[in-house]
Amino acid sequence: MKFDLKIFDNPRNVKIFLGVFYASLVVLLIADFLVHKHHDIPLEGAPQFYAVYGFVSCVMLIFIAKVIRFFIKRDEDYYDK
Amino acid sequence: MVLTTINTGIPPALIFILGAVLIPFLKGKAKAAYLLLLPVLAFLTLVNTPNGNHFLYPLLDYQLNLGRIDGLSRAFGYIFVIVTFIGMIYAIRVKDNVQHVAAYVYAGGALGVTFAGDLFSFYIFWESMAIASTFLILARKTKESQKAAFRYILVHIFGGLSLLGGIVIYVVRTGTLEFSFIGLADFSDVGATMGVAKYMIFIGVAINAAIPPLHGWLKDAYPEATVTGAVFLSSFTTKSAVYVMARMFPGTELLIWLGVAMTAIPIFYAVLENDIRRVLAYSLINQVGFMLCGVGIGSELAINGAVAHTFCHILYKSLLFMSAGAVLHQTGKIRCTDLGGLYRSMPITAVFCMIGAASISAFPLFSGFVSKSMIISAAGYENLLIVWLIFQFASAGVFHHAGIKVPYFMFFGHDSGLRPKEAPLNMLIAMGIASFLCIYIGIDFGKLYAILPYPVEYEPYTGAHVIGQLQLLMFGALAFCLLILSGNYPAEMRSVNLDFDWFYRKGGAAFYRITDVLGNGINKAFDAVFLKSLVPSINSFAENIPSRLLLLILVPLRGLGGIKNEDAMAFKKRAQLSLEKGAIPIGITAAAAALFMVVLYLLS
Repeated sequence: MKFDLKIFDNPRNVKIFLGVFYASLVVLLIADFLVHKHHDIPLEGAPQFYAVYGFVSCVMLIFIAKVIRFFIKRDEDYYDK
Repeated sequence: MVLTTINTGIPPALIFILGAVLIPFLKGKAKAAYLLLLPVLAFLTLVNTPNGNHFLYPLLDYQLNLGRIDGLSRAFGYIFVIVTFIGMIYAIRVKDNVQHVAAYVYAGGALGVTFAGDLFSFYIFWESMAIASTFLILARKTKESQKAAFRYILVHIFGGLSLLGGIVIYVVRTGTLEFSFIGLADFSDVGATMGVAKYMIFIGVAINAAIPPLHGWLKDAYPEATVTGAVFLSSFTTKSAVYVMARMFPGTELLIWLGVAMTAIPIFYAVLENDIRRVLAYSLINQVGFMLCGVGIGSELAINGAVAHTFCHILYKSLLFMSAGAVLHQTGKIRCTDLGGLYRSMPITAVFCMIGAASISAFPLFSGFVSKSMIISAAGYENLLIVWLIFQFASAGVFHHAGIKVPYFMFFGHDSGLRPKEAPLNMLIAMGIASFLCIYIGIDFGKLYAILPYPVEYEPYTGAHVIGQLQLLMFGALAFCLLILSGNYPAEMRSVNLDFDWFYRKGGAAFYRITDVLGNGINKAFDAVFLKSLVPSINSFAENIPSRLLLLILVPLRGLGGIKNEDAMAFKKRAQLSLEKGAIPIGITAAAAALFMVVLYLLS
């Protein structure tokens, strides 16, 4: 099978994709106020808990990973030396 | 229906292991059909065999049990057979019979472990997995894979010996071969020997479960396996270890904390890793962490969650390994730095990869959502706040590396310029089946819940839960998006990142060097001091006593004998030569020795 798709080569399509993505975030923030909350732990009941936690988790993950990289990174042929 | 009556009467494990023997004798379409027939037979046998103990064989005073079928083993058995079928479709074009035989013995070993009712047959199958799986790494036939396979088997031999030692003590102390709950009791309750036995068994199983710090082998070896071998590897070893943990050590608190560490630590490595299959290996460890945590919590919901998550995980993880394997197969490359933009020419593989990514990330409507939620809720019900928070962190982290990074760096991101053909049809079919099951389970989850060990009263699709999970994932994605766009995302680099396998890769080499320097150094010094100088000098001293004595006497007498023309050195030489040739009567040497002793005696 041969394919040659170019959909994301057009910057306009990338913009549309990001636009839909950002819009879905807004929808999720609004939806948080509308659903009936029931929780396994009390913290879950806090407004927009998951949005904040998800965002902060991932930013922390990246910055901690960068710090770790400083200590553990070696050349690709490190184990062959 | 005829399908409800087909039952081979052969233990599923033996259908695979004995069935593998015939593979080398078949060719072409017959071989392909046979390879796909074995899992079908095993599946039908399993479906049509009711719960209970089957396939019992006497051995000495004991009884081997190859068919302990209950809720727990049945669920694992189903998924092992299903993934064997999918993996075989994926591998059907592989010409190398060794790989097919190895895959079947390996899968058969996993089934044998699952349905074993006694520790003896459990151990035999456990070891056959280790040996057979090594061939799936060796078969890659690169220098790296040979080395990795060697390290892999050494680690598993170590684990196997620990397990065997533990089992032997356990069987001797309890007098039973039964493979059932063991638990990590206090040493004070069971006595030191029994405590040691239990921990030895635990460590043996923990190595296969890739529990840190015993996890290095997994990320070391799996990425070096063959394209198709990695699919099988990702399915059996760790998951059969989860089964054994659920059988022997459910409710063990230590497992909760080890499991939590497993969910969190590997995601940092996965973010930094360049090799896509190594990223998947790290996310595999992370997912097994969830399962072991479920086993450790031990409530009915948690055990159900662990089993359900194993079931879903095998499907989406093999799907991810298949899509990464397809890219490796088509391009010969697997590093993030070499790949990118492949959606243009491999769009179907890209879609399958994203289905696997959505499933592992636990997006609603995908399989991971209906299984992982059970474990996380179980942690919440037990008021394990820290565990719960780390779970949520790890969930966001999984989405970050396995959910976004893997598809993004292979199929999107920067254009690598590579335009490979789409994957071969058999690979697409295999990925298609796995993708279908990932989505099907995500929607019609009741079917999965029905085969879990305990009755399920859990509803994953509540409004709050769906919105909460979507928020967690989408805002995690937002973080990825903003970091990439702002250039703060850690750049992909050609590098290796140190992990625990360092201890036996470099540490082992260092140990070798230290023992080399110390041991051989002492040897050399000993050799130089004693063998090369002291002994020869004592030797030559003793040897020369007669000639020295003789010379001592002869040299002053020389003038008297009238030998005047000869200089002193030449004379000494001549005298020595006649001594060496034995031209001096032995009696003189003896007399000299006696004289020497007399002198010594007088002086003392």
